[in-house]
Amino acid sequence: MSLYYVQKFLYELNRDPALKDAYGADRFAVLEPYELTDEEVTALTEPDIGLLYHLGVNGQILMHFAALHHIEWTDYLQRMRDGITAYGPVREGVYAVTGYEGVDEHAAKLGHRGPAAPEEGD
Amino acid sequence: MALVYAGVCSHAPGITGRADRADPDVRDRFYAAFDDMRAAIQDAGAEAIVVIAAEHFANFFMDNMPSFAIGMADFYDGPIEDPGWLAIDEFRAPGNRDLSRRLITEIMETVDVAYAEEWRFDHGIAVPLHFLTPAFDLPVIPANINCQGPPLAPLHRAWAFGEALRRAADSVPERIAVIGTGGISHWPATPDSGKINEPWDRDFLDRWCRNDRDALLDYDDTTVYAEAGQGGFEIRTFLAVAAAAAGAPGTVHFYAPIPIFAVGCTVASYEIDPVGPSTH
Ligand SMILES: [Fe+2]
Repeated sequence: MSLYYVQKFLYELNRDPALKDAYGADRFAVLEPYELTDEEVTALTEPDIGLLYHLGVNGQILMHFAALHHIEWTDYLQRMRDGITAYGPVREGVYAVTGYEGVDEHAAKLGHRGPAAPEEGD
Repeated sequence: MALVYAGVCSHAPGITGRADRADPDVRDRFYAAFDDMRAAIQDAGAEAIVVIAAEHFANFFMDNMPSFAIGMADFYDGPIEDPGWLAIDEFRAPGNRDLSRRLITEIMETVDVAYAEEWRFDHGIAVPLHFLTPAFDLPVIPANINCQGPPLAPLHRAWAFGEALRRAADSVPERIAVIGTGGISHWPATPDSGKINEPWDRDFLDRWCRNDRDALLDYDDTTVYAEAGQGGFEIRTFLAVAAAAAGAPGTVHFYAPIPIFAVGCTVASYEIDPVGPSTH
C-alpha cells in the first residue's frame, strides 16, 4: 500500500501539462519513479476510478483525473459507487460511506425544478 | 487603514462548472447574492481582498503541508483546473507583494504562517473571484488553511489566525476586505456528493452570525466528519473570518442547498464598523 505515492502522482499530474502529455504517451513509464504496487499501477493506467477511490484517493485529486479522461460528473460519481461495490469500503484515508439518495432525488425533495430543457431540435 | 469588509461564501466548483444543471431560479438568486457581495466590497472602498480558502491539493500537498499559508506575489494565475471543467477562463489576478509582506510580517507575531511567492488558484479562490472581482481589477491576497490533509490545525488555531489577520489588516494603510470561502456541511467529490446537512448548516450559521466564539469552537473533527462530511473541515475558513470580525454581528444573505453544486450555497457577511458595508 502506498496511497501517499498514488496521490502524489495524481497531484503532480493535475498540476503539470508536460506530465499529462507524458502520461498520454506512456502511462507505465511515467509511473516508474513512484513507489507503487501492481494494483496501484493497474488502477492508474486502466484507469480504474472505482479502484482508486477504494484505495483511498482523495476525491479532490481524483475528480481531476476523471476529468482528464473525459469522464462526465455523474459517471464519475457512479464509478466510485461501483468501485465500492466491486472492491469493498474505502481501505485507507479520510472517507467513509454514509448513504445518500443522490443528487436528482435530493433536488426533487427540495422542490427544485430541473435545469431548463434544451430547445426542441437542438 | 483597516479591515473594511468581512464575509464568507461557498466555492464549490459546481457553482460555475455545473451551472446549467441547477434549478435556474435558485441558482440565479444565489448568483444575485454574490452580486450584492461584490457591490458591498466596492462600497466599502476595498483596495485589496484577502481570500481565505481551503484549497484542494493545487499548491500544497502532504510532502510539505502548511497549516496556514499566505501568498506573497504580484500576480496569481488560475484556474489550475481544466477551464472547461470549471467554466472559468484562464486568468491572471493581480496581487500586491509589498502588502502581503507587511500583513505576513504582522501575522507572524502570533501565528507561524507559511508564505508562498507562487500560487495557482484553484476553485477555492477562482469561483469566488469569478463573482466578486470578475474583471480581476482588485489585488488579491490568497490565504490558505489546510482543511484537506489531516492532521489539521485545531479550530482554536484557525481562530487565532483570524485574530492575527485582523490585527495585521488594521496595521496597514490600505482598506482591506476579507472573504472566507468553503463549504459548511458537504461530501464533495465523493459518491455522496450532493449530500448536505441543512439543519447542521443552519445551526452553524446561527453561531457564526452571533459571532459566538465558544459556540464556534465547540466542534471537533470526529463529530464534524460524521455530521458534516470531510467538506465540513472547511469551517476553519468561516471561523477565521469570525475571529477577524472581532465580535461584529453577522447576517446570512443567502443560504440554500443546491445538490448539483454539492454544497449548501451560502453568502454571509459581518457588519464591520464604522467603515464597513451597511445593509447589503
Ligand atoms: Fe472546498
